[in-house]
Amino acid sequence: MTASAYARIAIALLAGAIFGFGLSLSEMVDPARVIGFLDLASGHWDPTLAFVLGGAVLVAVPGVMLQRRMAKPILDGQFHQPQRANIDVRLVVGSAIFGTGWGLAGFCPGPAISAVSMGLPLVLLFVAAIAAGMVLHDRFLAGRCS
Amino acid sequence: MTQYLPALFGGMMLGLSAVLLFVVNGRIAGISGIIGRLLGGHQVWINAAFVVGLFTGPLLYAAAYGRFPEVTIASSWPLVLFSGLLVGGGTRMGSGCTSGHGILGLARFSKRSFAATATFLAAGIVAATTMGLLK
Repeated sequence: MTASAYARIAIALLAGAIFGFGLSLSEMVDPARVIGFLDLASGHWDPTLAFVLGGAVLVAVPGVMLQRRMAKPILDGQFHQPQRANIDVRLVVGSAIFGTGWGLAGFCPGPAISAVSMGLPLVLLFVAAIAAGMVLHDRFLAGRCS
Repeated sequence: MTQYLPALFGGMMLGLSAVLLFVVNGRIAGISGIIGRLLGGHQVWINAAFVVGLFTGPLLYAAAYGRFPEVTIASSWPLVLFSGLLVGGGTRMGSGCTSGHGILGLARFSKRSFAATATFLAAGIVAATTMGLLK
């Protein structure tokens, strides 16, 4: 591996650690806080998630403005961005399926994977189910339907 | 309002992490995408490094605050299993989750990510509110 490949791995590790710490600090690692936001009929609505998403976008917007002035990333030859631009059936149906799973148990991939290090059996089960869901999708549903 | 400051700062760290990965490595910090690439055996080292970093989050938090963050799971194991399958399959079909679409996608003013985020928020609200009413 080249020196810049090692440096990219170090950056990925650092970015993961910052992301994981942010999820713990913001309490988004706790499904009860997520459900407190998504459940509108609980009588004690919890706005925490809105502050988390707001804080993240507040930093990401100037970051993307900076990125757009750069010809290439610091440690790579080009930016790897999604190429698709159209809103298709798979995007909307997939997001609706994801959102349903997210709302049922209060976990999305980042917090669940971050919480693996705490060793809770239900978290491990959830992460295994995410992996199984991805594999099942790729095996049976990956054909284009739009 | 001060009670929401940790949420705001924590959220800003999510944004910082996403920007770091984008500006330095040229990659979108989408957790479902990173897991998908790991499962597919693509760019294993770099994606594994990000996941190992994610694991350290609660440990660093415990080192700083002397306790682990709360993780309260009220759901039964069959519901956890079912919702995990939906999250895995859905994020794969919809090309992203709360991080890729919800943070960097919105910041990039991506039309697809706005549509995805609106859809999974709406579906999440319907699912969580329905579960709450059934309790």
